[in-house]
Amino acid sequence: MVFPFRRGTRRALLHPTGSSWGDLLFRAGSGAAGFAILALLALLAVVLAINALPSFRAFGFGFLGSTAWNPVRDEFGALPFIYGTLITSAIALLLGVPVSLGIAIFVAELSPGSIRVPLTYVIELLAAVPSVVYGLWGLFVLVPLITTYVSPALQGALGFLPIFQGQIYDRNLFTAGVILAIMIIPTVSAVSRDALLAVPQHQREAALSLGATRWESIRIAVLSYARSGIFGAVMLGFGRAFGETMAVTMVIGNRNAISASWFAPAQTLSSIIANSAREGAAGSLELGAIVELGLVLMLVAFLINVFARFMVWRFLGKREGGLE
Amino acid sequence: MTRKLAAEKVSAWYGPKKAIEDISLDFEEHATTAIIGPSGCGKSTLIRCLNRLHETVPKARVEGKVLLDDKDVYADDPVAVRRRVGMVFQKANPFPTMSVYDNVAAALRLNGVRDRGKLDKIVKRSLEQAALWDEVKDYLGKPGVSLSGGQQQRLCIARALAAEPEVLLMDEPCSALDPIATAKIEDLIFDLKKDYTVVIVTHNMQQAARVADTTAFMYLGHLIEVGGTRELFERPRETLTESYITGRFG
Repeated sequence: MVFPFRRGTRRALLHPTGSSWGDLLFRAGSGAAGFAILALLALLAVVLAINALPSFRAFGFGFLGSTAWNPVRDEFGALPFIYGTLITSAIALLLGVPVSLGIAIFVAELSPGSIRVPLTYVIELLAAVPSVVYGLWGLFVLVPLITTYVSPALQGALGFLPIFQGQIYDRNLFTAGVILAIMIIPTVSAVSRDALLAVPQHQREAALSLGATRWESIRIAVLSYARSGIFGAVMLGFGRAFGETMAVTMVIGNRNAISASWFAPAQTLSSIIANSAREGAAGSLELGAIVELGLVLMLVAFLINVFARFMVWRFLGKREGGLE
Repeated sequence: MTRKLAAEKVSAWYGPKKAIEDISLDFEEHATTAIIGPSGCGKSTLIRCLNRLHETVPKARVEGKVLLDDKDVYADDPVAVRRRVGMVFQKANPFPTMSVYDNVAAALRLNGVRDRGKLDKIVKRSLEQAALWDEVKDYLGKPGVSLSGGQQQRLCIARALAAEPEVLLMDEPCSALDPIATAKIEDLIFDLKKDYTVVIVTHNMQQAARVADTTAFMYLGHLIEVGGTRELFERPRETLTESYITGRFG
């Protein structure tokens, strides 16, 4: 038998005495790796905060409410990007959540087993598509489609709303929202499906035995039981839409302004960072402002994710909770 | 006595596994019929065939006829059948996101009743029938799941009664309850048969003896014997029945 250790080591491995060096080293190594992740997060926050300091000193909290972005005059504000981020995320949720719920309900409640499994895999595969690919597809497929058909139709039907007025640009807020909607569907539908599958069978039977139809039983017994899990799923989708960069940057048009119209180009927190991170010189106010945008983005995305995971965890963690 | 409900040559499967075979059994109107037998004998499966709930389980299948007022429920719409044949389950299963009131009103709202006065009236009547009104009348807005186990089960009975069914199926309704809660529900079952046809599945023979007019004994998916409760317990015709009620197996 070939054994690549010295005799003593081999004995220590085969008969651990509790103080063997290998064991200790292993514990220390994996422990350090574990702590490194916490340290990394802390370091990230600290470095961002330090680099954002010039901007924070110059503008204070007014930074969040200002619409200026003028590197020449050293005036910076985050409002257009916060606005762009919130609106694109809202469009994403508005369009993506109903579709995701439909998928989740179909997979968990209605589909026969033979369709359920492949469908589940496909949904999870969608989550693995790199976002730049979504962006590319958005640019070459979605943008022409929306510009030619969808936007004019929306303008025709709902043109009385300010959000559907004005010139239709080919890259705009709306298209970015649509791309995001598609990108959050895998997450939202997969987590919602888990929530629906966690609903005990006796709840469905309770509704059916009262003379509920299939849909009525899903509505009164399944969806309402799983609502906090579904809410968590939606928040996870929101978190994803909030921070998504590449695909959005490719289709949003990148204009630092707030427009009432969804058909106008805009900018999100992540797209402005991706577009201008190389612009500011080290130590400059511009770089500080960009880093501060990153800090805002990270903080909000972090909070959304913590909240969402908490909701999902609390729901999935107490499956039988309804009966206690 | 007229027969309200009848199983005619009912067999049921879970996938390839046959759970009950060729069961024919009549249920008298305004009477309580108990189905007893050891675990796994198919007694729950049988009553789940009566309101067509069995077929909602994936790969489950039923053959035979179930006659409600002499019309086959399997030729009817299952939703319509379940509105006439209510059910109470082994484990209390109130809707956790609904208040006491909303739990009871659930079936009415499914039927499109929106009139608050009518809802109030039926909710009150159902809770009274379930002997729960006095205990919850000041807490109608509280979540149904905040009640005790026995109260939750009576809430589920009230919920089933609010749908104004003609038949009430009870699948081991007391198996998760303490003796006091069990006694309350047994009293209730005794009262309910005035207005309803009650079918109760129980593994508790004393319970069958206390509440039922007719008792049926099932074993390994077959109906072994059915008769007046007293007669079945005192003078069983089949040796299997006798062995079971004297505690020699099961």
